[in-house]
Amino acid sequence: MTSTEQRSGTVAGGVGESPTRPDGVVKVRGEFAYSSDLWREDMLWGATLRTPHPYARIRSIDISEALKLPGVKAVLTHEDVPGENIYGLEHPDQPVLAAEVVRYQGEPVAIVAADHPETARRAAARIDIDYEVLEPVVDSEAAMAPDATVLHPDHGSNVVRHVPIQHGDPDSATADVVVTGEYEVGMQDQAFLGPESGLAVPAEDGGIDLYVATQWLHVDQKQVAVALGMPVDKIRLHLAGVGGAFGAREDLSMQVHACMLAQYTGKPVKIVYGREESFFGHVHRHPARLRYEHGATKDGKLVYVKTRMVLDGGAYASTTAAVAGNAATLGVGPYVVPNVRIDCYGVYTNNPPCGAMRGFGAVQACFGYESQMDKLAAALGMDPVELRVRNAIDEGAVMPTGQVVDSPAPAARLLELVRDRPLPAERAAEADLRDLPGGVSNTTHGEGVRRGVGYAIGIKNVGFSEGFDDYSTARVRLLAVDGEPLVSVHTAAAEVGQGLVTLQAQIARTELGVAQVSVEQADTSVGSAGSSSASRQSYVTGGAVREACRQVRDAVLDLAAQRLDVARAGLELSGGKIASAEHGVLVELGELLGSTSIERIVEWRHRPTHPLDPVTGQGNAHVQYALAAHRAVVDVDVDLGLIKVVELACAQDVGKAINPDAVLGQIHGGTAQGLGLAIMEEIQVSGGVVRNPSFTDYLIPTILDMPPMAVDVLELADPHAPYGLRGVGEPPTISSTPAVVAAIRAATGRALTRIPVRPEHITSTD
Amino acid sequence: MRVNVEVNGKQRTADDVWEGESLLYVLRERLGLPGAKNACEQGECGSCTVYLDGVPVCSCLVAAGQTEGRSVRTVEGLADGDKLDPVQAAFVAEGAVQCGFCTPGLIVAAHDLIARTPNPSDAEIREALAGNLCRCTGYEKIMDAVRTAAAAAGGGQ
Ligand code: FES
Ligand code: FES
Repeated sequence: MTSTEQRSGTVAGGVGESPTRPDGVVKVRGEFAYSSDLWREDMLWGATLRTPHPYARIRSIDISEALKLPGVKAVLTHEDVPGENIYGLEHPDQPVLAAEVVRYQGEPVAIVAADHPETARRAAARIDIDYEVLEPVVDSEAAMAPDATVLHPDHGSNVVRHVPIQHGDPDSATADVVVTGEYEVGMQDQAFLGPESGLAVPAEDGGIDLYVATQWLHVDQKQVAVALGMPVDKIRLHLAGVGGAFGAREDLSMQVHACMLAQYTGKPVKIVYGREESFFGHVHRHPARLRYEHGATKDGKLVYVKTRMVLDGGAYASTTAAVAGNAATLGVGPYVVPNVRIDCYGVYTNNPPCGAMRGFGAVQACFGYESQMDKLAAALGMDPVELRVRNAIDEGAVMPTGQVVDSPAPAARLLELVRDRPLPAERAAEADLRDLPGGVSNTTHGEGVRRGVGYAIGIKNVGFSEGFDDYSTARVRLLAVDGEPLVSVHTAAAEVGQGLVTLQAQIARTELGVAQVSVEQADTSVGSAGSSSASRQSYVTGGAVREACRQVRDAVLDLAAQRLDVARAGLELSGGKIASAEHGVLVELGELLGSTSIERIVEWRHRPTHPLDPVTGQGNAHVQYALAAHRAVVDVDVDLGLIKVVELACAQDVGKAINPDAVLGQIHGGTAQGLGLAIMEEIQVSGGVVRNPSFTDYLIPTILDMPPMAVDVLELADPHAPYGLRGVGEPPTISSTPAVVAAIRAATGRALTRIPVRPEHITSTD
Repeated sequence: MRVNVEVNGKQRTADDVWEGESLLYVLRERLGLPGAKNACEQGECGSCTVYLDGVPVCSCLVAAGQTEGRSVRTVEGLADGDKLDPVQAAFVAEGAVQCGFCTPGLIVAAHDLIARTPNPSDAEIREALAGNLCRCTGYEKIMDAVRTAAAAAGGGQ
């Protein structure tokens, strides 16, 4: 049955409005149950022993001293993994607990359950492991050399994936002006605030209920079941409160470990990582080395782009293959380029594993191509925004993969919007210290401070690409309680802070015209919703909820026609009433329903995407593109290399703002993470060892670092998407970084080819 | 050891407390008050902020034993029954809450700021909240919420 297109709006809080979050009040009262807040009377605490070595062979493991500690209930190693000791999101290549070798510092080797978290940690420290320390592979280029140690012999080489793209005739194309550049992106951390945590509770049927903060319940469920050697339906996952995600909760962390300990002890087991452990407990953003060559005519038309990108995937594959696919397919940015050659490599090393983080490959590429666009503008003597506008894609443009952009892509307009905003006021002669670089550290009163303005635009794909079967499931039930209609919406989609709970209810109100909507707790008793990542949930789970609601509405109208003995055609559901033009209001919805409830379960897919040709990189790999542009204004103390970002303006096309306040929240938050990558955030790794796993040494932007943000939101509907919406979460993270760096270049005249920019890059004292 | 401490106006006792336990741990794991959050347990993020004898502290840095006989007020103790504190209400109304993990700490810090400085300037708000990290919001709507709460508190005086 295909559902009708008619809407049943007329109640407040529907699509396009910004009702307050249903979880807002419990969150401000401190009563929202995050995964680290869970508690059971008889629960035990789990702890994980991690290796200090980036690469080593395990000769032996001795747990006897750990077992002697009073309060210890279980000490488990790879020998105790009941099912397969291997997991992974795309390629299963990672052990639950290391057996023969460890491939990165922090890899889990043993786990402990005890009656107090400190006892568990002390017991873990008593486990004696004899290692043969090996020479780690820590350089991504060296990892690709023919004589490099192959870290995963089954895979054959250290190249996880090579993505080539060939478009036009890049080899014979010639240009009036050519610029080349090499760029480097450091390793960024998602740094969500709520640490990895959860509670595994053994169930009477021999299965386990796992309450956990994750981005995708069903992909966790599947991997846990394989590792425990249990049928999938015995592992039931329930979404506990999630304290931010940003990609870091796509891979497993403590899920299998807690379940193993619960199974062995027969007790509920809680695991909560501390901040230091969290830095080792999840994947990071891939560090990248990028080499670009741009050729253009003298009036600023791009002729060709050639690029080679190397992404350091670290010790295990995680989502490296997909990240490389994104970096490659989005590798020239939102520009029309007739001739393109891209070679993107994702590689294994003994560095920390890298995988999903907001922007997913598009962030690294954007720093490269936008740095190049500024360099090209300078070589041409052209305004950098003008150069971008001349080459900007629009609907109908052909991407390097041959894919035609088939919905609005207002790249030029977004750039013009940020360019045409009034600039913030010049710095006052007697500026407040708090407005200067260095702030109340009192490092300058304005001497040596230069202002710079920079621009950038970025592009991101929405949803899972390259032929992945990307779908979501929604169960919608309409019933009457005390005569009042109520809608229950149940999906497995993870609310990670973005506001999906609000959005699901808004869609139900709009489609069914019922004010009371309850969004049920996400769990695996309903089908998969896919991941809360790739800016996809509004589109895919939103699409599933909309379709389920429409089927429920059709069923209600069928019921009304039958019970009231009137013609089905012309019946409408609006404002809690069944009406028709002919008869006016026929019956209240609550009265019609009585004790009947109507339920529909829908599995909903977006248009299929297609794999890339493995040789030419051609193919319709993406379902939707999304764009955002930024203008950054900075003040730089050129003597000390200190930076104050004065303002960040952003313009983004969201297709349709389902919840305008939530859209702004995503743009603000994404912009902040981009600023972080530009000037402060980097996991510093040397010799495979992380040097700064704490919030003392890994800095994220504070409220003092963030400037006011001016935002323009465009709503140019994508005719293929539910309500015309476009994914929102990632684009603002992508363009904010290169805009800030461009502004610093403008202020300092420095080339700045590496992010994050450090003071010594500005003062040249390194 | 045993710790006796007044929490949100009630005398509470925690038994079997190990000397190394923080006030944050005792609140969360022994007294059933998980509102104060555990994002770093190192004094860097402010998510664990509570009042100790009326002064905001990072409860992760306070040894539980040090609170013997003292008085603690957590985010759970700010609302008056169903009536939210103006700071809490403003955070909800302004959309300053996303994942909400930073929220309890920010609310206590903002509550303290407004009590001390009824009409804070933007610079004063930023300075007062500089010890509270938020990873989701970019702080724009947090600024809005604190301005709104300050205006609401000022209007009531
Ligand atoms: S948990 Fe106390 S400051 Fe971070
Ligand atoms: S709302 Fe998520 S950390 Fe602030």
